[in-house]
Amino acid sequence: MIGVGKIKQYSNVLDKPLSKGKQEVSLSAFAFLFSELVQYNQTQVDNIAELERRLEDAGYAVGARVLELLCHREKGNRRETRLLGILSFVHSTVWKVLFGKVADSLEKGTEHEDEYMISEKELLVNRFISIPKDMGTFNCGAFAAGIVRGVLDGAGFPAVVTAHFVPVEGQQRPRTTILIKFAEEVLRREARLG
Amino acid sequence: MAAICSLYIINKSGGLIYYKDYGSGGRMDTNDSLRVASLWHSMHAISQQLSPTTGCYGIELLEADTFDLHCFQSLTGTKFFVVCEPGTQQMESLLKVIYELYTDYVLKNPFYEMEMPIRCELFDINLSQVVQKDRVVLLGR
Repeated sequence: MIGVGKIKQYSNVLDKPLSKGKQEVSLSAFAFLFSELVQYNQTQVDNIAELERRLEDAGYAVGARVLELLCHREKGNRRETRLLGILSFVHSTVWKVLFGKVADSLEKGTEHEDEYMISEKELLVNRFISIPKDMGTFNCGAFAAGIVRGVLDGAGFPAVVTAHFVPVEGQQRPRTTILIKFAEEVLRREARLG
Repeated sequence: MAAICSLYIINKSGGLIYYKDYGSGGRMDTNDSLRVASLWHSMHAISQQLSPTTGCYGIELLEADTFDLHCFQSLTGTKFFVVCEPGTQQMESLLKVIYELYTDYVLKNPFYEMEMPIRCELFDINLSQVVQKDRVVLLGR
């Protein structure tokens, strides 16, 4: 259909290539929006654990969508089925799309077989946030933890994901570690696959 | 010798929300700093009314024998002012940088309540870095 318009017409919407999306958004706009999200949720809860859970749920919805999108866009409709594969997918692909960079480190827990950690020196969501002393160990990284849980759950790797502050020697600010504890069935399946 | 003596941030109703002392001289106690803050707020408002020129936004610089006071008012009415040694340069740009830090680490912090005293760790850390850097620049000249 030459001359119809500049935009190529697709008879089937599924044939249309998925756009790369907007590569960058304003950090300020995001920070204000996230701040409002936290403030709103704060009015809906009466303890900190509940607030953390709500942020995690908000992240979960993002994670589930991000998995769909990235599997389609980056991996030709295939998704990772192995534990290490999906972890590195989260650590690099997901992180790069969401935060503009690969996560600082991905490690295996030393004490437990089923634990993995993704660490960030400065998590983007925590960039402008100072936690008041009376809120103890609360970490807004719960949102990022929720994203990770959303991706893993959607890919068939149910896990408990939590965000923690870990003090670093010689640094004023602690880093944020996202702790992933996989469900038993995941490890059993992984062992069976060899 | 420190060029900056103290920094004040006051909210739009004249309440002191941040005070930091950098001088080696005697510290002001809390009541005195509150008094200076609200006094400055009133004087600033009066100066706007008294000014012979139209469209005056209030005093930007007060020069005294023993100190200079530089003031910066944001569009929302929050005022930042530093007391420094007479003739200290580049205070306007320092105040702008401090305003930037305020918008970043205070206003984007979900746990900060508007118009209330600022207690944000990140703001403190970044502020002391900026003032430190400023001091190095001043000493270097």
